[in-house]
Amino acid sequence: MAKRSAPEVNAGSMADIAFLLLIFFLVTTTIEVDSGISRKLPPIEDVEDPPIIKQKNIFTVLINKDDLLLVEDEVMEIKDLKEAAIAFLDNGGGTGEEGCDYCRGKKDPASSDNPDKAIISLQNDRFTSYKAYIAVQNELVAAYTALREREAQRLFNKSFIQMEKDVKDGSNYTGDKEKLKEQIEQVKLLFPQKLSEAEPKK
Amino acid sequence: MSKFKKKKGGDLPAISTASLPDIVFMLLFFFMVATVMRQNTLKIQNNLPTANQLEKLDKKDRIIYIYAGKPSERYQSTFGQEARIQLGDKFADIKDIKLYIESERAKKNEALIPFLTTALKVDSDTNMGLVSDIKQELRKVEAYKINYTTRKAVDQAQVFENMN
Repeated sequence: MAKRSAPEVNAGSMADIAFLLLIFFLVTTTIEVDSGISRKLPPIEDVEDPPIIKQKNIFTVLINKDDLLLVEDEVMEIKDLKEAAIAFLDNGGGTGEEGCDYCRGKKDPASSDNPDKAIISLQNDRFTSYKAYIAVQNELVAAYTALREREAQRLFNKSFIQMEKDVKDGSNYTGDKEKLKEQIEQVKLLFPQKLSEAEPKK
Repeated sequence: MSKFKKKKGGDLPAISTASLPDIVFMLLFFFMVATVMRQNTLKIQNNLPTANQLEKLDKKDRIIYIYAGKPSERYQSTFGQEARIQLGDKFADIKDIKLYIESERAKKNEALIPFLTTALKVDSDTNMGLVSDIKQELRKVEAYKINYTTRKAVDQAQVFENMN
């Protein structure tokens, strides 16, 4: 007599089980990556004899408790902040060694000497809302990025944002990565981010 | 005589579904690999502000999260309406931040410590006072790299809306 083959296990419900698992993972998945504005905090140490900074090299941005903006002692709307910051950073009013040959600003002697000296000072109240603070930070970073973008275009004929992207996840980038990093540093050095934050006033 | 007669005639043969489990498994594996489980249950309202000058925070193993905001509704009876800090799964005080950062650091690979970033996930309606206190604490433990986590703004107008 021929041996009877073992009965086959019914695999019809396998798909159901797999679907169940699939739905579970679909629901729990968060693929999106967090993103935000990166900042570096200053070390806490007290500096003895802080360097004297000329008043004209400081760009004061103040956000009060009602989220109103006071820039250089004048009320300003947030939409004008970026332009004002660019005008300040790009001023290049210094002469001789303190000059700035790549600045395209008005060279107003009453404004900043050169981008290296220009400091943006951000002050806020304890009751300023966080979203207003982020909006201001965003505009100031945008001002720096716009200027760096301009210099990157002038020096390397490349987009600064694209350069940073290439360095970060540059698996598709075919050129010399080290060179690209150097170029980014070079552009950053032309417009260094000097953002000082005062402790909020009580 | 056989029990199973071969059908004859115009009936279309049924489409074989034998490979359906394979397809589903393939999808399943994709999602299993891509899944990052939510690490912390949020006990606070966390409506992030919007911005458009963003940097991506990839490399999840190099991030320490600090949440802040008003307690969500079910916790308001016990914790009140004032904005609070949440570290891990628990509500915490300002002074707990130091310990939390240090314990998180101890969990990570030593080589990664200089690259650790503290991501501040703060609700948009929080007062800056609390955020400044957090920043002050972070400076004390030398966690200088921070990131204000935000949502991506659709357009510039959405960023400006933050001011009203």
